[in-house]
Amino acid sequence: MSDQIAVYPGTSLSEDDILEGKVLSIHDKLDGRYAWDTGIAIGQYLAGLKEGLILGAYCATCRKTVVPPRIVCEWCFRPMTRYVPLKDTGTVNTFSLCYVTWDVKRIKKPEIPAVIEIDGASPLHGILHKVGEIDPSEVHVGMRVKAVWKPPAEREGAITDIICFTKLNTEV
Amino acid sequence: MSLLSRNPEAPRSWQGELPVFSRYTLGLAGERFFREIKDNGRIMGTHCENCDRIYVPAAVFCERCLSELDEWLDVGNSGRVYTFTILHENYEGSPLDQPEIVAFIRIRDGGLIHRLGEIELDEVRFDMPVEAVFKPKDQRAGSILDIEYFRPTP
Amino acid sequence: MRKVAVVGAGMTKFVRRALETGKELSWQAARMALESCELTIDDIDAVCLGTAPDSFDGVHMNGEYLSDGSGAWRKPFMRSYVGGGTGVFVPIQGWYHVASGLFDIVLVVAEEKMSSYYPHAQAAFLTIFDHTTERPLKPNLLWIFALEMNRYMQTYGITKAEIAHVAVKNKRNAADHPCALLGDPNLTVEDVLNSEVLAWPVNRLDVSPVSDGAVAVVLAVEHVATRITDKPVWIEGVGWNLDTAHWTNRDLAYPRYVEFAARMAYEMAGIKEPRREIHIVEPYDPFDYKELHHLEGLLLADRGKAPQMVVDGVTQRDGDLPVCPSGGLLGVGNPIAAAGLMKIAEIFWQLRGEAGARQVPGQPKRGLAQAWGDLMQVGTVVIMGR
Repeated sequence: MSDQIAVYPGTSLSEDDILEGKVLSIHDKLDGRYAWDTGIAIGQYLAGLKEGLILGAYCATCRKTVVPPRIVCEWCFRPMTRYVPLKDTGTVNTFSLCYVTWDVKRIKKPEIPAVIEIDGASPLHGILHKVGEIDPSEVHVGMRVKAVWKPPAEREGAITDIICFTKLNTEV
Repeated sequence: MSLLSRNPEAPRSWQGELPVFSRYTLGLAGERFFREIKDNGRIMGTHCENCDRIYVPAAVFCERCLSELDEWLDVGNSGRVYTFTILHENYEGSPLDQPEIVAFIRIRDGGLIHRLGEIELDEVRFDMPVEAVFKPKDQRAGSILDIEYFRPTP
Repeated sequence: MRKVAVVGAGMTKFVRRALETGKELSWQAARMALESCELTIDDIDAVCLGTAPDSFDGVHMNGEYLSDGSGAWRKPFMRSYVGGGTGVFVPIQGWYHVASGLFDIVLVVAEEKMSSYYPHAQAAFLTIFDHTTERPLKPNLLWIFALEMNRYMQTYGITKAEIAHVAVKNKRNAADHPCALLGDPNLTVEDVLNSEVLAWPVNRLDVSPVSDGAVAVVLAVEHVATRITDKPVWIEGVGWNLDTAHWTNRDLAYPRYVEFAARMAYEMAGIKEPRREIHIVEPYDPFDYKELHHLEGLLLADRGKAPQMVVDGVTQRDGDLPVCPSGGLLGVGNPIAAAGLMKIAEIFWQLRGEAGARQVPGQPKRGLAQAWGDLMQVGTVVIMGR
């Protein structure tokens, strides 16, 4: 800092300063309710999930299959050529053992978010989901997994129609 | 133009909320401005000597010249209606039982946005003098709502 | 393109929760920056302000809301916003305001007040995930980093202990920064590895803290800069680049968008051998592994080889390539947009020999600041020199 400056502005408060009312504060909540259009591609993706199917899309110019599907290829900016039905198995690209929820509460049993490369899509193309029904210590990068689906009657056309991905048993 | 077809049976929309909760501190100026309202029932402003302007609500800096403002003064509890509107719906679009009058009340070179009370809808006039009506001290929390409304000065 | 220099800088302390409102923080930094080069707000032709997600400060159109504290009253004003990359993007925006010939002196301000999000700012990051295909899984900010860190470690065989060296270096460096929130001169690798596991492989001490703060710098065109100061620091190269929002469809082990941004900046600065020609680097380090990830993206280390540099001491202040001599985000704090501009201010002070206890020896002549943001998408780079 200009080593000539000794005092920097900014007043630090502790949580107690506010809770004990030493400093005034005011609360507010955003009333933000949304209905997001699913669009052509994601609409079809969700319809596919309801039927127990993971859909991707193929770009003939780049010769790649992406998931989730989209109507335009972001590499070459041309319309995607067609939908591609993918398998519901895949490979763990990366994962984490998370002991904290989205709103910062600690949990004992970790959630296992992962990026899962779906079989049938191009390499390194996958989706975000969770790995489950497995001992956390068994999860590793490169592990083969399979989707665990909700029973058909409970599916609504959502990413949560897949409960999680779990170890794919390759023994015949 | 899309080569991928739209499925008319597909879910049309996905619903959700943006969970944003905020707790704001009032700031160097706000802390004092609102404490004065809470404890002493008075509205304060700050004076910029350079620009000869009095900011209401009080601010610690002048937005025109960026000088630090440390000259606080009691600007009184009254002002004049600079502009107003009459609300018939609430923000979600449902009708209000009683129409509400919201005004910007000019105080010195600034002012406050607040409700007008003790007045009929057709009595509101531009530039009319109004004064703040405070809640009883034990009900004040250090917020703009510590003022119930502004009413015409008798 | 006209030549542009940084001629002044100022910043507030980075604190966990500030009494000041966002406007007041912006004003404190703006005023300090102006005073550092003896200018007044009347000398400023335009103001560029950067502030990241509105949901932190809790005010929509936050840039305009903060404009009065940033001296933008009745001036041309523009806000830029690329998530965490904002802090190094807003000076680029200021740069082209001046380089284009439109303005001669521009004030650049970056501010963040994350503590307004209640109870913990981390939860706000839920909203950057796709609302239909990802949010129903209730994802967490930590997931992004943990997933990327794990892939990086797995791809190159890097250990947590090697990565922890970065947290130790930066938090120790930050002990010499008067505005730092988490400077700790005695931190060890064991401390980092033993800290609470948040989302394996991320531990608590691998993460930079939620903070409030603001930073401001003054940019001037060549003929004005040389009148204001005898030590102008020139902006020699700028670069910015964005990768696909479909983050699950690409290689997480290598930030190629940082490479493209760096190449753009190197070409503009005429740099052919960055490892030899850059003397100080301030890459974006919200998590410790990110410093390594970015060093590789900036082409300053081979892929997978950056950890060795840290372990060998090459990146210490007195090493061959000092990295984050300021203490970075890990040590000083991470008010999202202000953090990147803090790195610009640091290079400014370092190249003028004004960094006090943090000064890198040997009269460094060229520095690079880099920031990163959005859903692992954007790289922004600025190269400065004397």
